[in-house]
Amino acid sequence: MTISHFGAVLLFSLLTSVVFGITQRSDPQRMIRFAGFCFAMFVGGTIVASWVMWLIKH
Amino acid sequence: MAGIIKVKMTSNVKTPARVAGNGSKSTTMPMVALIAGWLVPGAGHFVIGKWVRGLLLFVSITTMFVVGLELKGKIYSPNTGDLLDILNFAGDLGTGLLYAVARVFDLGQAAVQVAVADYGTKFIVVAGLLNVIAAVDAHSLASGRKAS
Repeated sequence: MTISHFGAVLLFSLLTSVVFGITQRSDPQRMIRFAGFCFAMFVGGTIVASWVMWLIKH
Repeated sequence: MAGIIKVKMTSNVKTPARVAGNGSKSTTMPMVALIAGWLVPGAGHFVIGKWVRGLLLFVSITTMFVVGLELKGKIYSPNTGDLLDILNFAGDLGTGLLYAVARVFDLGQAAVQVAVADYGTKFIVVAGLLNVIAAVDAHSLASGRKAS
């Protein structure tokens, strides 16, 4: 199996966010919202960190 | 005066509310849910009747573990002596029976050989850590510490 770096980020973020959403909130509505928030933070944080590393290098 | 203060202080003490039912349920069920949840991802939630959550947890954690194996991730063994290996082994152990199956059938790699395999190794470790969180959540639901 091969996977791109960004594909790995998306897969990791999705699966982790599902578990965080279920375990960290009580009612389904807030679970979905928190899972979405975690997913956005994982993916967004990775993109920001990638650009920071690019800027440091250049 | 001291007696009045003592009475007022004791009257302000609040005991945590128990949502779970009777006494035997609150002592046995949480441990059953915790152990079942550790052994099989999502099983703790199945035990207490949270079927959808259990299924989602099972699919998420198992997928993460299998993807980690498919990416040629490393399965850590207990006695390497390296501190980081011990920590990663503790993470792997969180997957419960999935880890046992991987060891029995010699799945995973003994050493990371390609760049993507490093992702695979992290997927496996994180799957274990997430499973521990899920098992503790099942314990909290069964004991009444978490409302629903």
